[in-house]
Amino acid sequence: MLARSCLRSTRAVGAVRNGAVNTTKRAASSSTSSADAATPFRLNMAGSAATAVAIGSIAWYYHLYGHELHAMTPAEEGLHPTQYPWVHTQWTKTFDHQALRRGFQVYREVCSSCHSLSRIPYRALVGVTHTVDEAKAMAEENEYDTEPNDQGEIEKRPGKLSDYLPSPYKNDEAARAANNGALPPDLSLIVKARHGGCNYIFNLLTGYPDEPPAGAHVQEGLNFNPYFPGTGIAMARVLFNELVEYEDGTPASTSQMAKDVVEFLNWAAEPEMDQRKKMGLKTLAITSALFALSVWVKRYKWTPIKTRKILYNPPPVTRHH
Amino acid sequence: MSSLARPLYNTFVKRNFTFLGVIFASAFAFEIAFDITTDRIWDNINKGRQWKDIRSRYVQSGDGDEE
Repeated sequence: MLARSCLRSTRAVGAVRNGAVNTTKRAASSSTSSADAATPFRLNMAGSAATAVAIGSIAWYYHLYGHELHAMTPAEEGLHPTQYPWVHTQWTKTFDHQALRRGFQVYREVCSSCHSLSRIPYRALVGVTHTVDEAKAMAEENEYDTEPNDQGEIEKRPGKLSDYLPSPYKNDEAARAANNGALPPDLSLIVKARHGGCNYIFNLLTGYPDEPPAGAHVQEGLNFNPYFPGTGIAMARVLFNELVEYEDGTPASTSQMAKDVVEFLNWAAEPEMDQRKKMGLKTLAITSALFALSVWVKRYKWTPIKTRKILYNPPPVTRHH
Repeated sequence: MSSLARPLYNTFVKRNFTFLGVIFASAFAFEIAFDITTDRIWDNINKGRQWKDIRSRYVQSGDGDEE
């Protein structure tokens, strides 16, 4: 009873609000007279308001939660490295082994005074950058611990091909102590271990400005490099023109040395790359031939099904009426 | 065609153990031929870049002797 009266009252209110004087609902809904002329305007208003509210709430939500958050400032992220057209990163190109040889020379004469390359044995250089005799001669320049002898004492012996490249420091703590608390990272996998890979390391080596830009805050003992995350790097610029003398006569500019040592470090991180790319090409050749063959076999087998015609002969119509 | 196919069939396919041998031998031969061909293409693409191309500059010089 109460519900019915409420229904009636709302209907009456609705009728009044519409400005209609029709007495029955049926007449009001079915008529298209001037009494309903205000309704589209009100609908437009309501629709516009709802749209505005929706857009506003979305904008507000985006303002609150939509922005990408950066934990660090751009200076702390470091400058993005420039992309360089490295030949050895192309799909069908091996390392340039002459460049690897030069890069190893740069590592040996420059980098190795602070950075270790502990995962590379001398034997890995044989057939890549050096001959057996050269690698043996380099290995013998270093001393390594022997196995304990009869008295249990460990002696020193000259290096062999199976020995790993010697590290400049005895351990990480000694390296930190010698470098003002900063640990020079091992370079064996450094190309894989840094965002930007070759581009980043090349930019880092060649990107030292002559003096830090105005306003840049450089801590005591650090050097400014825009490509290093945080811009303060403990390593100073080490590559200068004519620092090493290449045995093959290549002009030893800063960028040439950086390019060679980066390619060498890429080899150190991915010594299998040449073989991998070659096997990849062979695999692609075989599998594409097999794929073409399988497509042909499929079409061959499906030909009778695809080309058949299904005929329907309706039975003769017999009229009963 | 059929005059040639008949003796071929009789020689290589008819008996199962010869057919199996033919399959093994042809796989062996194909792999050798494929490897030789692709290696040659690969070496041509990477001419002058690989160790075998620059090895001659260093191999006879013994130790520490440039050029």
